[in-house]
Order: sequence, then structure tokens, then C-alpha cells
Amino acid sequence: MSATGIGAPVRRKEDFRFITGKGQYTDDINRPGQTHAAFLRSPHAHATIKKLDISQAQQAEGVIAVLTGDDLAKDGIGGLICGWMIHSKDGSPMKAGSHPALAQGKVRYVGDHIAVVIAETLSQARDAVEKIHVDYELLKPVIDMAHATDSGSPVIHDVSPNNQVYDWHLGDKGATESAFAKAKHVTRLDIVNNRLIPNAMEPRAAIGDYDSGQDAFTLYTTSQNPHVARLVLSAFIGIAPEHKLRVIAPDVGGGFGSKIFIYAEETVCVWAAKKVGRPVKWTGDRTEAFLADAHGRDHITHAEMAMDDKGHILGLRVKTKANLGAYLSTFSSCVPTYLYAPLLSGQYNIPAIYVEVEGLYTNTAPVDAYRGAGRPEATFVIERMVEVAAREMGQDPAAFRRRNFIKSFPHQTPVIMAYDTGNYGASMDLALEMADYKNFGKRKRDSAKKGMLRGIGFSAYIEACGIAPSAAVGSLGAGVGLWESAEVRVNPVGTVEVLTGSHSHGQGHETTFAQLVSDRLGISIDQVAIVHGDTDKVQFGMGTYGSRSGAVGMSAISKALDKVVAKAKKVAAYALEASEGDIEFKDGRFSVAGTDRSLAFGEVALQAYIAHKFSGQELEPGLKEGAFYDPTNFTFPSGVHICELEIDPDTGVTRIDRWTAVDDFGNIINPMIVEGQVHGGIAQGVGQALLEGAHYDANGQLVTASYMDYCMPRADDLPSFDIGMTTTPCTTNPLGIKGCGEAGAIAAPPAVINAITDALGHEQIAMPASPQAVWRAAQKSLHKLAAE
Amino acid sequence: MYAFAYQRPTTVRQVQSALGKHDDAKLLAGGQTLLPTMKQRLASPSAVIDLGHVAGLSAIEKKGRNIVIGAMVRHADVATSDLVREAIPALAALAGGIGDPAVRNRGTIGGSVANNDPSADYPAALLALGATIVTNKRKIAADDFFQGMFTTALDDGEIITKVSFPVPAKAAYVKFPNPASRYAMVGVFVSKKGSDVKVAVTGASNEGVFRAAGLEAALKAKFNAKAVEGVAVDGSNFISDIHGTADYRANLVNVMTKRAVTKALGK
Amino acid sequence: MISVSMTVNGKAVSAKIDPRTLLVQFLRENLLLTGTHVGCDTSQCGACVVHVDGKAIKSCTTLAATCDGASVVTIEGLAHDGALHPMQEAFRENHGLQCGFCTPGMIMSAIDIVNRKGHDLDEHTIREELEGNICRCTGYHNIVKSVAAGAHAMAPK
Repeated sequence: MSATGIGAPVRRKEDFRFITGKGQYTDDINRPGQTHAAFLRSPHAHATIKKLDISQAQQAEGVIAVLTGDDLAKDGIGGLICGWMIHSKDGSPMKAGSHPALAQGKVRYVGDHIAVVIAETLSQARDAVEKIHVDYELLKPVIDMAHATDSGSPVIHDVSPNNQVYDWHLGDKGATESAFAKAKHVTRLDIVNNRLIPNAMEPRAAIGDYDSGQDAFTLYTTSQNPHVARLVLSAFIGIAPEHKLRVIAPDVGGGFGSKIFIYAEETVCVWAAKKVGRPVKWTGDRTEAFLADAHGRDHITHAEMAMDDKGHILGLRVKTKANLGAYLSTFSSCVPTYLYAPLLSGQYNIPAIYVEVEGLYTNTAPVDAYRGAGRPEATFVIERMVEVAAREMGQDPAAFRRRNFIKSFPHQTPVIMAYDTGNYGASMDLALEMADYKNFGKRKRDSAKKGMLRGIGFSAYIEACGIAPSAAVGSLGAGVGLWESAEVRVNPVGTVEVLTGSHSHGQGHETTFAQLVSDRLGISIDQVAIVHGDTDKVQFGMGTYGSRSGAVGMSAISKALDKVVAKAKKVAAYALEASEGDIEFKDGRFSVAGTDRSLAFGEVALQAYIAHKFSGQELEPGLKEGAFYDPTNFTFPSGVHICELEIDPDTGVTRIDRWTAVDDFGNIINPMIVEGQVHGGIAQGVGQALLEGAHYDANGQLVTASYMDYCMPRADDLPSFDIGMTTTPCTTNPLGIKGCGEAGAIAAPPAVINAITDALGHEQIAMPASPQAVWRAAQKSLHKLAAE
Repeated sequence: MYAFAYQRPTTVRQVQSALGKHDDAKLLAGGQTLLPTMKQRLASPSAVIDLGHVAGLSAIEKKGRNIVIGAMVRHADVATSDLVREAIPALAALAGGIGDPAVRNRGTIGGSVANNDPSADYPAALLALGATIVTNKRKIAADDFFQGMFTTALDDGEIITKVSFPVPAKAAYVKFPNPASRYAMVGVFVSKKGSDVKVAVTGASNEGVFRAAGLEAALKAKFNAKAVEGVAVDGSNFISDIHGTADYRANLVNVMTKRAVTKALGK
Repeated sequence: MISVSMTVNGKAVSAKIDPRTLLVQFLRENLLLTGTHVGCDTSQCGACVVHVDGKAIKSCTTLAATCDGASVVTIEGLAHDGALHPMQEAFRENHGLQCGFCTPGMIMSAIDIVNRKGHDLDEHTIREELEGNICRCTGYHNIVKSVAAGAHAMAPK
């Protein structure tokens, strides 16, 4: 391993600009002549707009334009789309209601966009927003998804009279029923997966710019996938053809899924830039982020699991209602279906699984992918079920899991996925040792002496990453392929630019991708630049989400590097006057086998460009290669997390005492960065389990619309984490990488809740297990103890 | 934020006259509550009168058996004041737990007391320590000053200049922070001076900070944590929200009181 | 419009501003010092922390007008003659940042913690003192390590 190659904990190249305040986030960019946009948002969850009077706002100081849904319609600007078609059990397509970027006659959630004011200053724009008068006719809102389809429920979209988007299923119903018929024990659980608000620290922002000379648009936006944004804005929304629309996602301050989607605000800014003839900037504030960023999770589930008398799992039956909010966001339809149900086999050999999912409209913000996207929801179901089943059958939860682990690979689950490789027992062994599981009983007794309730909880998670084989997702309804592209440009002096369709918003691609290049070409990472986030520079790409940038994005780079090396060998053969077959490339030098004749990588690069030695031959000058990589399978990171915590029954405060995480991510490029990803994921998972939850009141007002009420994990809510790794390389991509970005967020919630229920001695606790909720649950435990 | 006129007086008299000139002027002390409120467009004062340059509001002094703190003294300065830490360590500890470090570097005792936020920490200290609020017009006992959520005895044009705290024999403040906002969901300040015991509770009630008579009676009988056990806390007018229902807050009042007493006893 | 003058990162600046201009707006929009960020509306996230007269404050909850005559230091003012401040170096060395958006405020708060609490900081103290700074990426694990390391590195040699 070289100092900057694969496996080295290289310090990040991008950090210098961030620690010196020189990052360039969207709001840091100012365009000459820039105007400012402010949106009028619906204060009501469900209403028709009887009259919209913008005349006073138009007259207000500094106002350049006030634009509404009518203006969008006049210009033929289409609505926002959902790019994944789901079919119901009966074969009918999902019911996708229209989603105009500015309301056309109706608003469907608090925060829905009605109009935009464009003014000289932001204060003037905001002042003028208050001068728009709207005459609403209030409609009864649908807030509680459990009752969304009740007869007599108000209709949110005419296309779906019962507020159902789809009624979907997966698996073999008959086989699952047979499995339950043979069961000796059945575990049943009602599970709520709480609604979360992503809260990347950088609020979304957009600057639309129009160059009338070129008749071309530029959009600066906080996006995880600028190419997909351009595709959607061009092909579906109709802003401009792709060659007339450049999308730039500069430094992006976290995304966690919420910046995958194409939103109303950026659509309006780029469209309005041409209308007003000046750049239009919008920067969301935190309140807008709470109201109008796509939320995450929000399932209610009933699950049943059948076991034989020894505790072998025979079958799993899951019925889930998924809240999709008021409109279908860009990828929302696939999250509770194909990103959820296929993961319900977990790490276990489950012969029969049947899953039903109902997607529902409610008068709440759209719900879409949030770190993990479907996989945390699946893991929460299976890991709660397994833990409770073990308890009900009087078995040690670790032993119960081990009994049911998949042990031979490849393994075809009954729900689509074919796991290529894994070693679940190895992760469990290491985790038990690191967590000092054998002495837990003593620690529990010590806590009890202090009047504290101590619990331990497991989570043996699996996820499907490296999203995704294009043919596979195409057959499941995706509107796009999910390959990745790369281009490796070698400059004449041997420095390298890598253009990638992946996008970094905290993941450190400028470092890890450079490490791959350094490793393969034998040059320093300082000689490598990673270029991303600009559709004019990178030809096409699918962006960063679903822990795909290592497994898919880097595989594309790897392929391109193979081509670069192959061509460079040809160049070297001419330069060294040897036959190509005799050229060896090692540690950055091309040499003729069995001789001392060699050239450094940079020397060969120069030869490729001066082309003196092979002029007139078949070999083309230059050294630049591109590749598209389409994965052949998902990757399957897995691991075991163990949470140990203490509850103060007097207040309900839960303190996490120890966190052990053992993950198997296959091969690792930079262990420092990978551990950082795990830390952050765990924090978000602990946030979901203990602190975070979006709460709408009965009228559809978002109660948790600021940090005053939405509880973000802070430093003193969390412990330091003990991280361990096991390694079974992925067998289906050239680098053996599985992906690590979402693991912590997927693993953590069931580990926490399993630990809390272990401490409490009963299963009645929902997420977030806030102090109040735990206090109430602990009172039940104390009564139960007293009764015993 | 809506537009406003900005005034920067240097004497209390000028402040008073500026207040007289504007209909709905607001005094800006540390601004840690006022500015967020204005940013959210929930307040629209015609003028903001900055107290930052007004002379005579920033001292911490010992006067006889009292600690006297100027209205513009920042929380961080109370927390680290040797005078306060020696005489009333519980007050220094309370100030050191308000908001976060950056907020404590701006927020002031005068601002907190005048605002009387139902979740603020200082009002509990003032009530439990039997403090006196000194204004440009008069002296007001804490018991008379706090008159319910965001309501005080201050008249129009009346400006807090300092707060005077008698030094107790024993005192402690323990709060249970709201998990999200970190404001007090329940904060209990307990003090003992001779046979007198005062227990003031913030964060819990719809009527703002209050003295808990039942707990005071129990602790007057015996000043230890055990004395509080089983003492019913009437939560009938307590705040109920997503973070804590009234009965949960009532439980917390009892638990925080016990912990405060234990702390006051140095255990 | 009112006039303000202050020293920012050692340089005297003055401007005519709308009284409602927040310090963070003054820094970002008037002075183009965009390293100081805004992450919330309620003074909780700490992305906007700068030092005013040597103390950490939230520049989103401070009027620029009230800083008239003050000395302000932002993230851009920490490195001198190309040499990073030890706390900046510690964040890089310990992978104390991912997306970088909270980082300027984190570093400014971290230096303030050291100024108040000294160079030997235990984990508990650091976690409590970071109450006013929210990070969504790192889970704080490496931020805590960074602050402890930076505190040591700031000790006079």
C-alpha cells in the first residue's frame, strides 16, 4: 500500500478550502445583476385558490416580477415528475397527480408553492410576498395516513379518488401462507417508522441565469445529481433543450437524499431568469427546508414472522402503509417498494416472504429518499422482529440470529435480491467481543444498583447498494439506467483530471477517487484533480446517492484507467522501441521486460501528446479515455451494530453508553473516510430512534418546523463509537467495493430500540423514544416489576 | 426582518426619551430572543433602541449582603464572575447553562428578565432568591415582578437597570432541557436562607415562572430530597406539547426539585 | 441607512447599511466573506459563529450596527502568512468535517472553547460546549477528536 493509494487513510484534499472558509456553496455565488426570489407558500394544508391578487405586490418597492402558476402554464412549463413507475397488484399504473412548480388552483400541503416575487433585494421580495392576497376555500385535510383511504376522505388528487397511489406487492403469498401453517411460533408486531426531515446543514439554494446572446441557461443548484436535474428540467419540465441548459452543483453542504430531487424552487429560478432578463437567486431558510424539502420514512407496518420449534424462521408476512405526502417527488414511488421490500430477508435464510405496500397521498410535504431510503425501514422491521422472536422463544438474540444467518453464497432471497457474498457470523463474532457481551449482565446489575435500567440491542443489517444494474431497475419501473460514467484525461506532463458523474457533498471523492488513480498510475494524489458537478464539463452521470459512488462511480473510473494504461503501453512501446507485449507497467513506470529500459508515467504521457514516435501509425495522439460502468448486481454491505444504553426511569432520559459497529464494506479505499461515514450514519440513526420526528397537527400545520421543536442530534446526545471492520470483497465489481454511506443510518434505529425494550422488559415504545415516551414506558416496566 | 429605525443612546435618560418618541420601540439588550423573533417577522418594532452603549448597566457588585448585577451583564460574565461564584454559586451555574456558549456571550440578565419567557432560566433564580428588580423608576420585588408568560410589572418606558440578589445559605438550580430547543422544559431553583425555603419553577406552567408552595412547605419541614418524595405537584395548568404533557412535566418538577435539593446540600 | 465601522480580520471596514442588516449579512454580502454560513433561523446551528472582541457569538443573531467599533474575526481570518491555525489543522488531520458547511462555525466555537476552558479538554466537556453547533455529517465523533487535538496544539510551547 502506497502512502496515497488504496487503503491509506489519506487526509482529504478538499478540506483546505472548507477549513479556511473558501468553500463555494451555491449561496456563496453571486451573479452580476442578480435579483432575489421569495416564495409565497400555502399556510393551509388543503385548499382551493379562489382568487390570487398580485397587484399590490407588483407595485411594491424593488419588485421586478411576481409570477404564478398561470405564467408557468402560459409558457408551457411542465410539472415536476416522479421517475419510477410502480404498478399495483392489479396491474394498473400508479396514480400520479400533477405537480405544478407553482400552484394551479389548489394547494395540497403547508409550504406548497403559490407564487414567487422577484425583487432587487431579498428583504424587498419578502416584504412583497406579504402583499399578495389569496382567497382560499379551505378543504378538509388528510393528515393521518392510517385513514387516508377511508370512505368520505377528502380527495387530494382527482386521479386518485381514494388517495391511494398504488397497492403493490412482492413475494409468494401462497408459499408464505403455507410456511405460517407449519409454524410452531408466530411473532407479531405493529411498527411505526417515524417521519424524518433530512436537515442537511446547507439549506437548498438555486441561481438561475440566462444568457440571451447564447439563448442558454445556467442553473447553480444544491444538487446531488446535476445531470439528472438537467435531464428532468429539459426533457420533462421543458425549460430548454439539454445543450442549452448547464447545471452546476458546486460545493454542496450535505444532502442525505434530500438534494437528489428536482424541486419547484430551482425550476422557477431558472425559468424566471429568462422572464426577468437577470439572474434570479433563491436561498431557502431553515423554515422553508422543514416545510418543503422532501421528508423521509413514514411507514406504518404490521409484520408477522413464523418459526419452527427450534427458532428457524419459516416465513415473513409484512403489510405496510407508506405516506408519500401531497405529491410524488422525483423518486418517491420506489422507496417504499423496490428499495424496501427486497431487503426484508435481512441476513437470514427465510424461505418465504410476502410483502404488501400501499402508497398513500396525504396533505403533508412530499416524502422521498432519505439516507438509506427504504432499507432502514426494512431493517427496522426485520431486526425488531428477530429480536422480539428471540425473546418470545427464550433464546439469546445473538444466537437466534446466528441460527438463521445465510451461510452459503451466492444466495437468492425470495424477494428479488441475490446476495453475492457475505460472512455474517464473522461480523457477529467481532461485535460480541468488542461489545464485551459476556459481561453485560454484570453491567446491568451495576446499573440497577444506581436505580438505572440498562439494556443491550442488536442490529444485524444488510443493505443493497451500488445502485444499480440498469436492466434490473428498468424491469422494475425505473425511468433511467443507473450506470455511471468517467473520463480520465492525462495531461502532457502526466497530471490527471478525472471527470466523474458522481457528485461529492461531503463524501470526500476528491480524495478517494484520486487515491484510486494514484494507486493505478503510480502518481501522487496531488497530481490528480477530480472534476464533478458541472454538466458542461462532465458529459453525463447519475449522481451520488444509495452508496453508489464507490461501487459504481469508481468502477467506471477503474474501467477508464484500464483503457488509459492499455493505450499508454502502446505509446510506451513506440517510445521504448519495444513490442507492446513486452511492456510492463508497475509503480508508475513503463519498462521493457527483462531490460533496464523504462519511462515514467509522465514521460509516456508527454510522448502520447508529442506523438513523434508513432506519427502516421494507427495509434492516435493523446491520452484520454472514457468509460461507462453498469453494475451487474447490487452490492450487499452488512454488519452488526450493538447498542448498550442506560435509562433513568425518573426522567426517561436515555444515555447511550457504548456503541459497537462492525461493518463489512468489502474493500476500502480510505478507512478514515469510511469510518467517518459510519459515524455520521449512526448519528442519524440514533437521531431517528431517540430524537427526531416530524409532527403535523390535525390541521396539517407542521409543529416541528424549526430546531426549537425538531430535535437534531447534538454532540452531547451521542457517545464516541467503537468501529470494527470485517472484509469479504464484493464479487461483482472490479474493486470489490460494497459502499458505506448509509450503513449507520440503516443499522442504528433497531439497535437502539432493541436496547431500550431490553432495558424496559416490554416492547411498547415507538420512535422517537423521547424522554417523555421512555418515562411513560418505564412506568409500565416498574409496575410490571412490582407485580412480579 | 421588517425595517426599523436604529437608536444608540448612551444614558438611561436618553433611552427613556427615545422610548417616548417611538410608538412601538423595542429595547435591544443581547438580542438573543428579540432578533430571532424579528427575523421570523413575528415582531415589527418601529425602532430598536440599542442598550449596548448605555453607561452604568454592566457592573457586577457586592453591596452589603447582596450581589447586584447590571441589566446588560452577559450570561457568560455572570457565569465566570468570581463575586457571583463565591456568593451564589447556583446563580453562576444557572447563567453558565443558559442557551449555548455563543448565546451566553450576547444574552443579558436584563433582557431575559424583561422578556419573562416561560422557559427562561433567570426568572426562577430571581423568584427563589427573593431578588429585587431595579428600574429607572423604582424597585420591584421578584414576587411582584413576574406576572405570567411574557408579562411583567414593567410599565411603558420603564427600563431595568439592575437586579439585586440577597445571598442565600444554600441554593441550587437543576433543569431538564427540552431535547430540541434546550430551553428549560422544567427548571427548579431551590434556595434556603435561615428557616425560609423558596422553590421556583420555570418551563412548566402556562402562567410562566411560579413558586411551588407545596414543595416549599415540605422542604421547610425538612430540607432534604426525601422530603419532596410523594409531594404532589399540581399540573393542571402546566404546558402540554409534543415534548412533554402536563403530567410528565409535573413529574419532572418533583424529580428536579429533589435533585436541586441534593445539589444544594452539596451531595 | 446608518454607518458602521469595524475591524474585520485585522482590516478596518466601514459601510452604510440598512439597520436591519445582520452581522452575517454584512460579512457575506458587503465584505464577500462567505466562509461564515447560515444554517438555521433560530440561533441554534452555529454555522454563523464568529468572534467579536475575542468572544464567539452567533452572527445571525447580531445586528451589524451593534458591532460598530468592534473587532471581528471570521474563519477567513484565522490562517496567517499561509500557516493554518492549529484548530484548522486539527480538523483536517482528524477528519473533523465532511460537507464542510458547519465547519467554519465549529472551528470558531472550538477556539472559543479553548480560550475559556484551556488546552486539556475531556470528551464530556467538549461535547457539552458544542451545544450551540450542529453537524449533520460527522456524528461529532471526529469533531470531538479534532477539538481535543486542536486544544493541545494551541498550548504555548
